[in-house]
Amino acid sequence: MSRLIPHPGLSALLVIVWMVMVNDLTFGTLFLGLVIGIVVPLFTDAYWPERPPIRFAAGTAYVGLVVWDIIVANFEVAAIILFKPNHKLQPAWLAIPLELESPEAITVFAGTISLTPGTVSADVSACGTYLLVHALHAPDPAGEIARTKARYEARLKRIFA
Amino acid sequence: MIGSVSLPELLASALIVLGASFALIGSWGLVRLPSLMERLHGPTKASTLGLGAMLVGSIIFFQLVKGEWTTHELLVSLFLFVTAPIAANMIAKVHLHRLRLGEQSGPAGPPAAPRDGSEWATYKAPEEGAPGWFPDE
Repeated sequence: MSRLIPHPGLSALLVIVWMVMVNDLTFGTLFLGLVIGIVVPLFTDAYWPERPPIRFAAGTAYVGLVVWDIIVANFEVAAIILFKPNHKLQPAWLAIPLELESPEAITVFAGTISLTPGTVSADVSACGTYLLVHALHAPDPAGEIARTKARYEARLKRIFA
Repeated sequence: MIGSVSLPELLASALIVLGASFALIGSWGLVRLPSLMERLHGPTKASTLGLGAMLVGSIIFFQLVKGEWTTHELLVSLFLFVTAPIAANMIAKVHLHRLRLGEQSGPAGPPAAPRDGSEWATYKAPEEGAPGWFPDE
């Protein structure tokens, strides 16, 4: 099992993406998708030396939370763009201290910050323990850092535990 | 034809108009915000909800109005969600260099160092033991 399918998650993702891409719900498509889902991870196995353990249930809940936040925060940014004059805008750099350690978890955290409107992650520190984030409007940078850490990082710590 | 508009058609139209409005607001943000880092917020966001709403409208139209099976839209949004933060990150990193060189400025100024004796990875190679650090061959 583990010899033939070294990365079950990647295999499942490839089958689903293939089905969606071909846009066709037939047995032939599924068969070709399964072939791709088994062969591609086998041939690329050498490039995936480590696999971070992921809790899929918590990960799915996290995706739902992020999608909801994207919708809510889009309206907030739209309101800022439409109604807040430049001289009232308070953009700020936030240095978020990281408790996450694995590169995968930090990448997901940075991606989440960029996707949720109002913040864009710009850089990570050379020591790998701070994330540089630009906030469009942050009158209270410390509060913004605490909110981001509590809402996303705490959940990611549990997912990548 | 006003009396014969079906509910899915109405829903699809509303979603497409909503998406287009967000795309327009995002573009307006690109024009009016003060410097590059602030301008980066407009388009990266408009693409998330603006495009998302348009794609959901497209799914509703083809599935319920035309009766055709379609899932391409989900893939478009998946690829967008994966690539948009990376594009924004690359633009931000170039801008960080230009901020430090004084070629550009913004209301937030250049970022302060994360802590004493350390530096952001755009300005300095990863330190020993940090993610992204590899021993010399």
